[in-house]
Amino acid sequence: MALLQVDNMTHYFGGLRAVHDYSLVLEPGHIVGLIGPNGAGKTTIFNLISGIHTPSEGNIELDGKNLIGHHPHEIAAMGLGRTFQNLLLWRHMTVLEHVKMACYSQLEYSVWGAFFGSPLCRREEKRITAKAMHLLETFDVAGFSTQLAVSLPYGAQRRVEMARAMATNPRVLFLDEPTAGMTPDELNRMINIIRKIHADFEVAILLIEHRLKFVMELCERIQTLVFGEVIAEGSPEEIRNNPDVIEAYLGREDIH
Amino acid sequence: MDLFLQNIVNGLQWGSFYALIALGYSMVYSILMLFNFAHGDVFMVGSYIGFGVATALLGLAAATGLPIPGWLILVLTILFSMFLTSFVGMFIERVGYRPLREAPRASAAITGLMIGIILETGNLAILGARRLSFPQLIESTTYQLGGVFVTNKKILIVAVSLGLMYLLHRFIQKSKWGMAMRAMSFDFQAVPLMGISINRIAPLTFAIGSSLAAAAGILYGLAYPVLDPYMGILLGWKAFVAAILGGRGSILGAALAGFLLGFIEIFVAWIFPSTLRDVIAYSIILLILTFRPHGFFGQAHSTQLRL
Repeated sequence: MALLQVDNMTHYFGGLRAVHDYSLVLEPGHIVGLIGPNGAGKTTIFNLISGIHTPSEGNIELDGKNLIGHHPHEIAAMGLGRTFQNLLLWRHMTVLEHVKMACYSQLEYSVWGAFFGSPLCRREEKRITAKAMHLLETFDVAGFSTQLAVSLPYGAQRRVEMARAMATNPRVLFLDEPTAGMTPDELNRMINIIRKIHADFEVAILLIEHRLKFVMELCERIQTLVFGEVIAEGSPEEIRNNPDVIEAYLGREDIH
Repeated sequence: MDLFLQNIVNGLQWGSFYALIALGYSMVYSILMLFNFAHGDVFMVGSYIGFGVATALLGLAAATGLPIPGWLILVLTILFSMFLTSFVGMFIERVGYRPLREAPRASAAITGLMIGIILETGNLAILGARRLSFPQLIESTTYQLGGVFVTNKKILIVAVSLGLMYLLHRFIQKSKWGMAMRAMSFDFQAVPLMGISINRIAPLTFAIGSSLAAAAGILYGLAYPVLDPYMGILLGWKAFVAAILGGRGSILGAALAGFLLGFIEIFVAWIFPSTLRDVIAYSIILLILTFRPHGFFGQAHSTQLRL
């Protein structure tokens, strides 16, 4: 059975149909790409599955459990992690604190312990700190651990956000344009990091991306979304040669 | 010079009340982006709860004949009352604010005003219009240091306030809940995606803010032992001014601005006739805000913050 399965999901914002009849089957350990022009509804699909909006119609199951109507914090605890297109980092919190924050739901100590610094509290904090540092190393940002996350170079901020998402121990990871605004060097680094977390953490990935080279290189399967509808789905090779995709998406891309 | 130092001591005590109350405003603001205008009345309720707990403990001591010292009763009163008042705060969050999370900000703001009126008039209806006198739990002793007079109560008030602020600071900086509060103050969307529920953090924030207000209420009762149902209004508004002056949502700022407010009031009253105290003191603060509209530690918040 699929790890994440979305059936016939449709969503309206008022009278506007943002997503129409979207379906997805994400198997454990697979990487699926979601491409499409701006405003096609890609981020909306992320928001619908992660519980920020509730879809008007359709069904979503993660590991056989229904996600419809659950709050974002519950869906996150069920094993769905994500990043954001426009980087939602917390100003005035350090890199290490970002990742520790994400370990929050795995921490066990009482409010009283927190006020008075109980031994359990210290032990748990130590354990979480070690785990967070390990993640920061995986994402090549351990050297920045005591700096404010927003003061980092853009590419490093993206990696902090990914480390934060991975700290919740997700089985499915949503990446919303992980290479937006990156230099070619950072881009290659990001490809390696995604490959690495895919292999090390055995996580299934759904990826929104504009750079086709990046998607083609990483994904086993690609969906093309236009005006909220999937117009093509298949392997990178099939997508590259699909005339609808070329017209709707690649054609525009060439103009830039 | 002695008078100057004397006023510093008085300002510290007076500022402690403002600082403790202002912290509650600031904490709630930092996570929910709204001010709990019932907070001054939570201070009042805390003071009454303190009165009730202290009276009960004194009665218990008298009935059993146990020689419980006054300071122990005071400590127990503070702890019990903080605990009980935290439930008042959580109740206000649950019935007053949570149902209005999606509502326009103005509706949530007047919720606080209405809850405040309910608390004041409810108190009036239950306990009547007579003023209560807070029991004097400890003997007042005056020490003379040079030309400065310091009472043991003043020392106690300032020490307890600073101690509570230190605990709060540690909690906010080091603990998982404090970290969640800080994260929530900067962005709302990403926090639930870490598996953290706003419905656990919001009540906790109200609980902590309310228990600090209760502590302020009892300390206030020690220094000015007359309780009446409207005692929280003016003090609450002034603490609210301190919360804004410190910078919206800034914990450190609220504490510092609370003390600053205390100093300004005390020093203005020293120099000018006391009837002009608030006129001049708040003109000064208006002037400060003209030059520092975000307060001392205020940041322009992200516009994405929405509940």
